[in-house]
Amino acid sequence: MIQTPESEKEMTSSAQPSSLASVANAKSPRTQPTKATGTGLETRGIHAWFGKNHVLSNVNLEFAAGSVTALIGPSGCGKSTFIRTINRMHEFIPGAAMAGEVLLDGKDVYAPGVDVTKIRLQIGMVFQKPNPFPSMTIGENVLSGIKLAQLKVDNKDELLEECLVRAGLWNEVKDRLNTHGGSLSGGQQQRLCIARALAVRPQVLLMDEPCSALDPGSTLRIEETIRELSDTMTIVIVTHNMQQAARVSDYTAFFLSDGGPGEMIEVSRTSEIFSQPKDQRTENYVTGRFG
Amino acid sequence: MTTTAAPTKPWAKSPRDRIRDFAFAILAIAFSYAFVGVTAMKGKLAYAAILIIAYALITGVFAFVTRGGPAAKDAVIKSCVAIGAILTVLPIASIIFTVLKNGLPGIHLSMFTTDMSMATPTDPIATGGLLHAITGTLTMVLLALIMSVPIGILTALYLTEISGKFAGPIRFLVQAMSGVPSIVAGLFILSAVLYPITKAYSGLMGALALTILMIPTIARTSEEVLRLIPNDLREAGTALGGTQWRTVAMIVLPAARSGLMTAVILGIARIAGETAPILLLTGGGDKINPNAFNGPMGSLPYYIWKSFNAGSPEALTRAWAGLLVLMVLILILFTAARALSTRKVSK
Repeated sequence: MIQTPESEKEMTSSAQPSSLASVANAKSPRTQPTKATGTGLETRGIHAWFGKNHVLSNVNLEFAAGSVTALIGPSGCGKSTFIRTINRMHEFIPGAAMAGEVLLDGKDVYAPGVDVTKIRLQIGMVFQKPNPFPSMTIGENVLSGIKLAQLKVDNKDELLEECLVRAGLWNEVKDRLNTHGGSLSGGQQQRLCIARALAVRPQVLLMDEPCSALDPGSTLRIEETIRELSDTMTIVIVTHNMQQAARVSDYTAFFLSDGGPGEMIEVSRTSEIFSQPKDQRTENYVTGRFG
Repeated sequence: MTTTAAPTKPWAKSPRDRIRDFAFAILAIAFSYAFVGVTAMKGKLAYAAILIIAYALITGVFAFVTRGGPAAKDAVIKSCVAIGAILTVLPIASIIFTVLKNGLPGIHLSMFTTDMSMATPTDPIATGGLLHAITGTLTMVLLALIMSVPIGILTALYLTEISGKFAGPIRFLVQAMSGVPSIVAGLFILSAVLYPITKAYSGLMGALALTILMIPTIARTSEEVLRLIPNDLREAGTALGGTQWRTVAMIVLPAARSGLMTAVILGIARIAGETAPILLLTGGGDKINPNAFNGPMGSLPYYIWKSFNAGSPEALTRAWAGLLVLMVLILILFTAARALSTRKVSK
């Protein structure tokens, strides 16, 4: 594991090991930031199928602009499928089908005539496995979205620096922007992927278990990045790590499948989900009695 | 911390083991000589067959005596596998040896600068050359490349990226096409293009037939290469707001670049020595013809075929020299393909 001294210093200062409940309680509800654009994101009655297999049933969620929402739940409960319906990546899987509405600023992203590539520019995504483009340098990777979507940018260098700074990677790569992304560590690659997603200026960022392949140090670094990004955008993060949900999110939604399609059991302020959940199943999950 | 550890390999063969293995080999050779001498068997083949059986038996018996039945089976099978590998290499080594032996006397520098237009088959080897054949082969390969690379890679893209309703039948047809005998491709161009339309031999006709043979190789290899590109990259490109075409052009194809180069070079190697359609369609010719669209065009396979047919000792040497040049050309292409395909993309 390669870490620069600087990132280690940052990690030790931010790492505060503590029990789950105390983390959740210690965090005061954040005041809603005003810099985030738009009125937010809402899903109404989302169902999803793979072939005849009904995997997700009737998910209704609202994501306020500038909030961080964590989706937790055991494997196979449809969390990843759910966020992939939000930016219309679900439809790439052969046999996939869905029902319901995804409203971005009040407009359904599945409405006829909607330009799906524009939707994906507004709703960015970070994947579970870091996947920088192998044929591109670090700098080209960050600006790849601009080229892919053929957007016009006045000052590319400025944008490049801004995205890498916001993803917390600038100091580590500023001297080697022309080297290939494969030379970075796993955590750095994932932050590069975050920087890449930021370059097209999305108003929503979906993160599908962004830290599951990373070591604890890189995980904390990315969590810091998430906190900083939430000032200007709405973030939805799928995670299996409940401490992570407690550390980074304002709201938490608990998903569960009891053999049938996955359902959203409960959504609430993160502190409430972890301290006084309303549903017995949620309590069982967050206290580690199953899952 | 004063202890030092030297790296050792306790599982490696000891010098004693090596001497024993060597002794077994000598024993097997001696036995095969003795056996052939005593019995009525004759010839190299008999020596080889007895040697193989003897070596397998000796190692097997030794393993049985020292370590028992399972070890004996292991030793016999091991010997058989090694012998199988040697038997595979032998014909290739033999071909290379024969071509070198017969071809090297025909190699001289001026053969790369002159053609056969002013030389007859019985002229000394130093007169004339095969420049017309090399330029002809290269011209036709280049033309075939220009036609088959776009078609082959677009087919591969259809099969992997679009993967529409017709992907199954098209994949089947491409696979079937790679088994088409080259004479069929030649006859097809002869009857479909040369007789009804152009009514004359030319390099283009040969290139068209070579294109038919080259497309399946390029399409199939490219498809396999494109399949190796992780789906994550396609998803990442699409999630960044790229259309499918932009994603393929900017991310998938560059990531597969070295593999696609290999596909193209394998295609070239497939057709560079192709003879049957060339005989039917190009009309040969002993003069350099830079125009592929008009007039007969020479090529290395044609040159070899024609020289062997001429039959004089000089012509035969020329034919072997042509074979050597063709083999070296293909060897260079294969080496380049291997080098490109094993090269790391990143780092």
